[in-house]
Amino acid sequence: MAQRPSTDLDPEYLHFPSRKRREGRGIGQTGPMELDALVERATTEIAAASDLDALAEVERTVLGKKGELVSLKKTLGQLEPDERKVAGQALNEAMSKVAGVAGARRDVLAAAAEAEQLAAERLDLTEVMDAVNRGHLHLVTQARDRLEDVFVGMGFTVAEGPEVESAWYNFEALNIPEWHPARGSFDTIFVDLGEPETTMLRSHTSPVQVRTMENQEPPIYIVAPGRTFRTDTADATHLPAFNQIEGLVIDKGIGLGDLAGTIESFVGAFFGHEVTTRLRPSYFPFTEPSAEFDISTPSGDWLELGGCGVVQPKVLENCGIDPEVWQGFAFGFGIDRLAVMRYQLDDIRELVNNDVRFLRQF
Amino acid sequence: MKVLLSWLQEFAPGIDGDPIELGETLSALGLAVEEMTITGQGLDGIVLAKVLDLSPHPDADKIQVVQVDSGDGQPLQVCCGAFNMRVGDLIPFATVGTTMPNGMEIGVRKMRGLASNGMCCSAEEIGLGDDSNGIMLLTDSADESLVGQPITTALGMETDVLYDLEVNANRPDALSVAGVARDLAAALGVPFSFPKAHVERSGEPVETTATVTVHDPSLCGRFAARVLRNVTVGESPRWMQNRLIALGMRPINSVVDTSNYVMLELGQPNHVFDLDTLPDGVLNVRRARDGETLITLDEAERQLIAGDGGISNSADELVSLAGVMGGLSTEVTEQTANVLLEMAWWDPPSISRTVKRLNLPSEASTRFRRGCDWGENIDRAMDRFCELMADMGATIAPGQIDVSGDVPDVSAQRARVRKINSILGTDMTAQDMSNRLTAIGFGVTVVEDDLSISVPTFRWDVVSSHSAEFEANIAEEVGRMYGFERIEKTVPKGEQAGHLSQYQQDRRLVRQVLVGSGCDETQPMPFLAPGDLAKVGLAEDAISLANPLDASESVLRTSLLPGQLKSIAYNQSHRTPSPRFFELGTVFLAPKENDRGEMLPDEHEYLCVALAGEDATAAVAVVNVLANALALPNVQVRNSASLPGMHPTRSGEVVIAGRARGVVGEVAPSVLRSFDVDGRVAWLQLDLTEILNGPHGKRSYRRVSKFPSSDMDLAFVVPDDTGADRVRNTISKAGGDLLVDLSLVDTYRGPGVVEGSRSLAFRLRFQANDRTLTDEEITSTREAIIAAVAKQNSGTLR
Repeated sequence: MAQRPSTDLDPEYLHFPSRKRREGRGIGQTGPMELDALVERATTEIAAASDLDALAEVERTVLGKKGELVSLKKTLGQLEPDERKVAGQALNEAMSKVAGVAGARRDVLAAAAEAEQLAAERLDLTEVMDAVNRGHLHLVTQARDRLEDVFVGMGFTVAEGPEVESAWYNFEALNIPEWHPARGSFDTIFVDLGEPETTMLRSHTSPVQVRTMENQEPPIYIVAPGRTFRTDTADATHLPAFNQIEGLVIDKGIGLGDLAGTIESFVGAFFGHEVTTRLRPSYFPFTEPSAEFDISTPSGDWLELGGCGVVQPKVLENCGIDPEVWQGFAFGFGIDRLAVMRYQLDDIRELVNNDVRFLRQF
Repeated sequence: MKVLLSWLQEFAPGIDGDPIELGETLSALGLAVEEMTITGQGLDGIVLAKVLDLSPHPDADKIQVVQVDSGDGQPLQVCCGAFNMRVGDLIPFATVGTTMPNGMEIGVRKMRGLASNGMCCSAEEIGLGDDSNGIMLLTDSADESLVGQPITTALGMETDVLYDLEVNANRPDALSVAGVARDLAAALGVPFSFPKAHVERSGEPVETTATVTVHDPSLCGRFAARVLRNVTVGESPRWMQNRLIALGMRPINSVVDTSNYVMLELGQPNHVFDLDTLPDGVLNVRRARDGETLITLDEAERQLIAGDGGISNSADELVSLAGVMGGLSTEVTEQTANVLLEMAWWDPPSISRTVKRLNLPSEASTRFRRGCDWGENIDRAMDRFCELMADMGATIAPGQIDVSGDVPDVSAQRARVRKINSILGTDMTAQDMSNRLTAIGFGVTVVEDDLSISVPTFRWDVVSSHSAEFEANIAEEVGRMYGFERIEKTVPKGEQAGHLSQYQQDRRLVRQVLVGSGCDETQPMPFLAPGDLAKVGLAEDAISLANPLDASESVLRTSLLPGQLKSIAYNQSHRTPSPRFFELGTVFLAPKENDRGEMLPDEHEYLCVALAGEDATAAVAVVNVLANALALPNVQVRNSASLPGMHPTRSGEVVIAGRARGVVGEVAPSVLRSFDVDGRVAWLQLDLTEILNGPHGKRSYRRVSKFPSSDMDLAFVVPDDTGADRVRNTISKAGGDLLVDLSLVDTYRGPGVVEGSRSLAFRLRFQANDRTLTDEEITSTREAIIAAVAKQNSGTLR
């Protein structure tokens, strides 16, 4: 340490005159007993330091640049070399001992201070204001997206079409001529456009089949979700506007077995693989053979889900597809009904009421 | 169609076994069992009783005091709420201790102080019909000597199984007991046959009594007629009434009941004329002429048009609406003694059109519309009718008038076994298919690998199909008899990958962004009330519905605004003052012609956001978020005072790549008031169809600079009529490539800022990709920006 003692008056001396008193004393006059006493006093003061600031003060008085031990060190130069070596060693030991004690004490005090700080920072995590509303997709959108995703996974694309249709797309191309008794069963909502009963809100999503077949060469693998309309007065189980999804496959050699397998595969993916399906003969003018399809319920009963069948050759012809080359199947069912079933809704009108108390549940 | 097991067994005695399993077999054949009931059971304790006395209840007007004899000859007092009984009537009576079919226990009750010792029953209460208006009166149908006997004994009822079947429109044959029995017998592999009717004939033959001419063979494929004399129009036998009631028909009189019975049993509708009301027994089958009228059996005058099928008398006056309803003038009445019985085959489309136009559906026309049997079933039904009437004392005239018109061609058609297997996904042999078809009445010859098939006349649905359609029809019949459940399930593998279109993906993105903005998705119905569009300042020329369920839902929307305001008002009235809604829905704009020359509404998918309780800037913020999410090119909001329904000083058009694509801002206060909405509503409506089909989604990578950036805030005092977006554009242009970030961080009006102006504070970030910017570069860019804003926007640095 080449630094020479400063002759400037350290202002701190004014506050601590006792140190001033010791200042003039050299190591030569300080015996081992006195050094021990100094260490002991420092140790006692360190132990007594109640916080980190007090500890720092003690360290500064003893170990600091102008502390007692450092001051003593500066006087070593006045000693004979052999004395200097002994005294220096003793002084170093004393310094490291005090430093060690101070370090240990600092750890304890720091830990205590942190503990106190953490305790003071305590928060009641249940004392939280309600978060902003996260925004909710409509239940029907959620169901529709999920259905689309399952069918996309099975190799289908998603087709869409208009909600107001002509009699050609809604009925005639689908093999339901104007006099056909089945027309009455569709409970069609007609639109005031053109000749009476020539324009209507589509009563099923099947017109999308026709539009797709008119515009796309087979093979065709599509699902067509969308809104459909019937003259059903709104009540707990009916809405005049509701959502259906319809599937259409046109490819070579497609038959009823493919239809049954596709439905089984879809139902397994959507409802779970423990759910099985069955087809029962039915009638639709646009499919032949036609069937209703049922899914199994946990109670062992069957629940009717929708209608399906092998596409009528006449429908293919109407859409410019050669029934000798191509065969296909179609199926359809209600999207809203799936949502109703899934959440056991007791009133389907909630789907169009737009009550936030309903919308925010899902 | 309802059928009784005992009635089915008259055609196929082998139909037997567990009623539930039989029901499952019917369902698997496509004759879905909607309900199965065991009849004639659960009526223990219900006896035939006689009304001895009726008197008013002293303390109640809605009930009366009835004294009945329930078998012991002594009067028993009951209180009853029905008033249709007379003294002497025979009624079903539930004695004390009886458990009714619905589970109700009959005990001694006090009704307004008087004891009631049992209950007089309606038909509905004891499962003998649908009539619940009044007590069932059995005075004419039960024997008084049986008073006190169980009702089942008194009415000759037996335990039976009743199936209510859903019969599809392509199964005309299954709208009859015999037709259902044929299918079921085939599925069970038991014999099926028609019992032979025994009819004795006497008197003057039909041919010299009546004349039938078919003037329009396209309307009437066959017209058969017989004459019955000495007919007594009275009560039909109890067993017949019981079956009619079980199948849901009300017994009327012997002739009408027989007519209905034969129709239900064999599927052949028929009509009975009072022969003495037909001059010379002449009937002419022809189409009606425009303007002709006919008073039908229900005493309504029907206006006919050319094309309706009719039957006229010798004076060429219409006496019947062919296949739909008879005329009043030739109706069978209690005075009728001689009748002419008609059984015909009518062209299904002709009948359908008339039924639909006059809204006159009936059991008979339903069968004609689906296509009845024009073959031997008519003769069979004739015989059956005559047999039943003969049992009731009528004399049957010899012979039958039988006139033919155009009937479908039933010559054999070919169906390929390979094609049928392909349609079904099966591997059946020709012989296997042949056996299954033969069992349900088809005539089949196996010719090499194909089938040559004669379709029975009771399957008009199959007869009327040809070539590919015919094969599909045959495949359905083969599949039905084979069992759909036995067909192996396979999954076809298309070669294309499944995917959503770009539009569909973008639509999902839009929804996600809006949900992320804290909005709830709504889906109101697309119908509006007349006036809703006018209330939001839009033209009232929207497309309306021809047959709306409700006048308040009769107009197709051209804007999503009315629906959203209704939803907000609804929620505000249920203590949600500030809902944040969005909707993606179809609007129906002025019609356009499609490729087929049809006029259909121009449908667009609109997106709207409605933020109750927020001001216009909240909606503009949504525009910015969407513009960012979809990478919309050059999005501007142009203030406009003339947007329908919008706040004149707080709204504008959303312009994307130079084209107006929607509106944003606030809904006009007057509009909000007219929909009972409180507070402000920030509103955004965009034409999603145009936007997503237009340019968007183009993004290019910009390398993230590794050099330090320099931030700077600049506040300009700018006149109020200068849009902030214009100032922003000026800064952006003047800042050039070095300006990498620019945002408006504060606006201020008040002391220190000139009246008519406001301060706009922008935060700018400068950065280069290839170097650290020098102070000089930043300073000169800053000065260029300040100068540009001063020059172009009259803005002064604050």
